[in-house]
Amino acid sequence: MSTYQPGQPLLEVRGLCVDYGAGPDAVHAVVDADLVLHRGEVLGLAGESGSGKSTLAYAITRLLRAPGMITGGSVGYHPKPGTTVDLLAASEGTLRVLRWSQISVVMQSAMNALNPVLSIGAQLTDVLQAHRPDLGQAERRARAGELLAMVGITADRLGSYPHELSGGMRQRVMIAMALALEPQVVIMDEPTTALDVVTQREILEELMELRERLGFAVLFITHDLSLLVEIADSIAVMYAGRLVERADADALFRAPRHPYSLGLLSSFPGLHGPRRRLTGIPGSPPDLRQLPAGCVFHPRCSYAMDRCRTDTPALQRLDVKGDERAVACWLQDGSAAPPPELAVPAPHEPPPPAPGAPPAPAPDLARSQP
Amino acid sequence: MTQLHDAAPAPATGTPLLEARNLTKHFPLHGHRSSGGRSRARRAGRGRADRGGAVVHAVENVSLALGAGQITAVVGESGSGKSTLARLLCRLLAPTSGQLIVEGRPVRSGRRGGRSYARLVQMVLQDPFSSLNPVHDVRYHLARPLQVHGMLEPGASMDEAVTGLLERVSLTPADQFLRKYPHELSGGQRQRVAIARALAVRPRVLLADEPVSMLDVSIRLGILNLLDDLRERERLAILYITHDIASARYLADTIVVMYAGQVVESGPAQAVTDQPEHPYTRLLLGAAPDPDRGGPPVPGELGDRGRGAPPSLVTPPPGCRFHPRCPHAMSVCAETVPPGFDVAAGHRSACWLHARDLTAAQAAPVTRHDSAPAPGEETG
Repeated sequence: MSTYQPGQPLLEVRGLCVDYGAGPDAVHAVVDADLVLHRGEVLGLAGESGSGKSTLAYAITRLLRAPGMITGGSVGYHPKPGTTVDLLAASEGTLRVLRWSQISVVMQSAMNALNPVLSIGAQLTDVLQAHRPDLGQAERRARAGELLAMVGITADRLGSYPHELSGGMRQRVMIAMALALEPQVVIMDEPTTALDVVTQREILEELMELRERLGFAVLFITHDLSLLVEIADSIAVMYAGRLVERADADALFRAPRHPYSLGLLSSFPGLHGPRRRLTGIPGSPPDLRQLPAGCVFHPRCSYAMDRCRTDTPALQRLDVKGDERAVACWLQDGSAAPPPELAVPAPHEPPPPAPGAPPAPAPDLARSQP
Repeated sequence: MTQLHDAAPAPATGTPLLEARNLTKHFPLHGHRSSGGRSRARRAGRGRADRGGAVVHAVENVSLALGAGQITAVVGESGSGKSTLARLLCRLLAPTSGQLIVEGRPVRSGRRGGRSYARLVQMVLQDPFSSLNPVHDVRYHLARPLQVHGMLEPGASMDEAVTGLLERVSLTPADQFLRKYPHELSGGQRQRVAIARALAVRPRVLLADEPVSMLDVSIRLGILNLLDDLRERERLAILYITHDIASARYLADTIVVMYAGQVVESGPAQAVTDQPEHPYTRLLLGAAPDPDRGGPPVPGELGDRGRGAPPSLVTPPPGCRFHPRCPHAMSVCAETVPPGFDVAAGHRSACWLHARDLTAAQAAPVTRHDSAPAPGEETG
């Protein structure tokens, strides 16, 4: 999170709204989403199920299926600084060229995303055949092997079928496929949720390494905020279809500004320190068909004021210089001092943790060697 | 409170409510390595591991003890045998060998006594979206066990009993929930109904198999805290099965770490997570998301701790099942299953690194056959 230097905006989402259904019964799955993904950045999108995070990703790539409809906003893609493609207005032909080669998606369930009756080699070369007609058959095959090697699978696995691979390997194949055409943006929808922690860790390590090497930007969607704090440069938190907070990963973790972010962060028991009872967030996420008036979070918010029950707070840029921080909460509108736990000073230029001296030293592997 | 491998006598704190001694479960593999055709293989496969048919070694020689008012967490990856262990403990499965002991008395094998055992040991399943019957309301789900087990005291009304159950799991006001169907409830509320159903027969042992992994992050703690309250209030012995070692540290008194069907480490929750002794526990802790670690995953960070995947349970590696991945593997690890070594009070680790009297030959680095090469192949 500290290695990243903000680059040029690559993907700009402004005021995006997505409804499921039409008319008075429409469910507003994404409301007024504002996001900017910079070149080479890992942007984490955190939220619970039903918060609209996957819908937002599908809307960006125009992969939404009916009854999902984009009802407002714009998505600008900047393949080069200065040029802009409006993805929402783009023709199917333009999208066909952009998808995969510029913007690719890793779906949540590799089990279902791979075709069970084709070998993974066939599926990898199929991508190349469609998008890179200049390559011959042997070149495609070689490139497919290269791609597998990139994610740590030996090329002799090209002839394997999905059922012959473990869950982790299947997910690696999905990542290799997404990277086949060296896209600038990779959208990952819960890419490691179904995997064991050790496999998850391996894949994330590989992903970070590939990002360093190939320089693509990642929109990483997950419900696991503690994971995002580790891998993302910046994080956007969604609740009931709205972005409630956007900040640098470190700032969000150390100094959350929205009560929901604070609640989410304290929903993850830690691995260090004394054990104390955590409270989490009372209640459960709202039904999108019957949203509460005012701030959607107010029924679960312990700081809720009268104003929260009637007026909806907009995502406001916080007055911190050089910071992308924004929050949608009346506590932070400047009229009164927010409660201390929501006003922890953000870490400016956090000192890089000295190697070998993290706050809680990791157990020394050599310790129990006889 | 938990013993590994060797069936040590129960600790002085009193007889555990439910004890498992050397539980082993092998599942016969139909048609595998059998030349006699499908039907013969199927006949041979009926619980007979001794006919030369291959078996899945799902749980191997696991002993543990659940005491009243104690939460024991079983932590492991998928395929480590933790759910099979839960099914053995509530007698959904019959063990291949080993024994269950209830308050000091061995449980007889066979189908008899199932109902009285069920009155003592109840289970909560992972997925509250499929463990409740969609065509029945909450009242039906909670009234059924009361009827089946004859738990309703004469003169008491069913509605009162069911309301009481809902209040025990903090679903209040209870009368609002009585007539609701599962689809009208949120995931957290459903899991609370599932817990209330398990509590209906006033069990003394509750087995919770990944009770929060299907739930939204923000409501997981509510369920974990409910389990904690039940332990406190009703002195339940709770077995909490999870893949999330951080939640085990949060909730449990004792953590048991399983790998490939074997217990590799057990001890007080904080000791196991703060001073892990087994290399696998360290791998697990190193892989768990930890915002305090400060910094993105370093490529290759896990490399020296044991990359790769758990072994095949049909042909598990001899000796310690973790040795093909273990960075410290010695030749003894590939030959003999390590016993549980006491490393601190109540803290055991099944690893040869703790043995004091290994010969030089035994302590020599293992010669790897690399039958299951790790991705990347840079074994360091």
